[in-house]
Amino acid sequence: MLTVRDVHFGYGGAPVLQGVTLSVRRGDLVGILGPNGSGKTTLLRLMAGALVPQSGQVLLGQQPVGRHARRALARRLAVVPQETHLAFDYSVIEIALMGRYPHLGAFEVEGAADLAIARAALALTGTAHLADRPFDTLSGGEKQRVVIASALAQLADGLTGTPAADLRVGDDAVLLLDEPTASLDIRYQLEVASVLGRLHDERRLTIVLSTHDLRFAASMCATVVLLGRGRVLSAGPPREVLTAERVAELYEIDAGRAAPLLPV
Amino acid sequence: MTPLPLRRGLPLVAACFLAMLAAVLAAPFLGSTPIALGRVFDRGIPFADNVDAQIFFIARLPRAAAAALVGGTLAAAGVVFQGLLRNPLATPYTLGVSAGASLGAMVAITFNLMLPLGGVAPASLLGALLAVMVVYGLSTVRHRGFSTTVLLLAGVTLNAFFSALILFVQFIGDFAQTYRALRWLMGDLDVADYTPILTALPLVAAAFAVFAWLARPLNLLSMGADAAATRGIDVGRAERLAFFGASLATGAAVSVGGPIGFIGIIVPHLVRLLVGSDHRLVLPASTFFGAAFLVACDAVARIVLAPIELPVGIVTAVIGGPFFLWLLVRKR
Repeated sequence: MLTVRDVHFGYGGAPVLQGVTLSVRRGDLVGILGPNGSGKTTLLRLMAGALVPQSGQVLLGQQPVGRHARRALARRLAVVPQETHLAFDYSVIEIALMGRYPHLGAFEVEGAADLAIARAALALTGTAHLADRPFDTLSGGEKQRVVIASALAQLADGLTGTPAADLRVGDDAVLLLDEPTASLDIRYQLEVASVLGRLHDERRLTIVLSTHDLRFAASMCATVVLLGRGRVLSAGPPREVLTAERVAELYEIDAGRAAPLLPV
Repeated sequence: MTPLPLRRGLPLVAACFLAMLAAVLAAPFLGSTPIALGRVFDRGIPFADNVDAQIFFIARLPRAAAAALVGGTLAAAGVVFQGLLRNPLATPYTLGVSAGASLGAMVAITFNLMLPLGGVAPASLLGALLAVMVVYGLSTVRHRGFSTTVLLLAGVTLNAFFSALILFVQFIGDFAQTYRALRWLMGDLDVADYTPILTALPLVAAAFAVFAWLARPLNLLSMGADAAATRGIDVGRAERLAFFGASLATGAAVSVGGPIGFIGIIVPHLVRLLVGSDHRLVLPASTFFGAAFLVACDAVARIVLAPIELPVGIVTAVIGGPFFLWLLVRKR
């Protein structure tokens, strides 16, 4: 569904990605692993269409991601950045409602259906009780979950169930998350992990996330991709990919010191 | 279930609108010469003999209308600049528009330029356009696209540079010209008739049409350019429209009243305290409240040292300066 084919990219001459190829199938949960500066964020921004490859292709479905109409693309591909800082203070429900932007016309106002979707998205991420709180007063983990809710409201094409309270997300929807747990302590890491796990298991949502946390990736992802110095070193199930040798090579440490970092 | 946050703010927008209406109608009754409501609208007296009606419709109503137009426009432009630069401390003058407008006015005054539609106002509008072009050119020349960081630096630098040119032009003027120039820079709404209002109106109307479209993109831009782009916004287009719309509106407002300060920052901040941050509420509420606020400030300026009229820019600055400082220390 999301295919990265021999992509090269650099900022001002310094190469960041040098021939990256990977493919994400419908319903996958893929973790991109790598040390700081390995090109994880750049890869995600290319997958989101925020950057254009200097050579190679990023395809969503059959089409390059940049060729999709802006709003149609936003309805099936949502991005959760590493951190969100607001220039002005919005309430949590307003942030969730902002996800509805690509579903509305230029002068259209959110209706009852959009509000219901935003509330369902907050409920799904366990933040419904925060709806009227100013976003800036939340903890890091709460903020991260609210931004995930906003992304889900963006991908949702309606509600299902009786009473209609559950998000309906198209099966060609993709959620990209950049270091969703980087700034969170263990408790919030677990909260975010359980939200993402449920979205994947129950809704078959396709998820791609970047992280430098080996155990988090191994516990969450069916597929991990090791990214080092702008190249894919290895890709596959975590148990096969995450060996002491590879991790030692990736992070440039001794194999003996890598072993305790691995998932047991 | 609680209603949409947007709906909760609508009564407050309506209240701001009523405040504007009340201010524009009440202000003409204040002033050094008292006039009576009954006589102003008395059909029995011919207009040529009705001094009260003449003072109301010819001397004071255009002035109140000009204050409303300038106040509303500067407040709305402030909101848009703050959204564009993602900085709540930005003002309509941050990006050099007012410095360009002032330079244009100084040149017109000092060299006695007569342009079509009068002297100073069109010259200040041309100066504003010059500043807009220079700042925009600088912000695009080194980057493909449009960089708000360079925009900010270019604007601040141009402000300083144009201020130096303004001092130079004043220096070579004579005594009377320099006095006139200085008075213009203080910001004054002493319009003689409706002409300056009608001249500025088309530009202001076009800018407000752009603002109406921009309200929702500005909300998403406060989450960051990338976040806005992944939600389906053409960020480059939205930023360009915000820049040109707010700059032209500011240029038009300054050409009417001179560089009246602080409206573009006090009003949006007060309004956000009332209605929250949704630009679909902040923009109209700031427009109406800004209009009411400047009409009130102008009334104060006319009354406080009557029969001498104070330039309104001094009143807004005296209120705005301390308010700005309070904002700075209020949080953290």
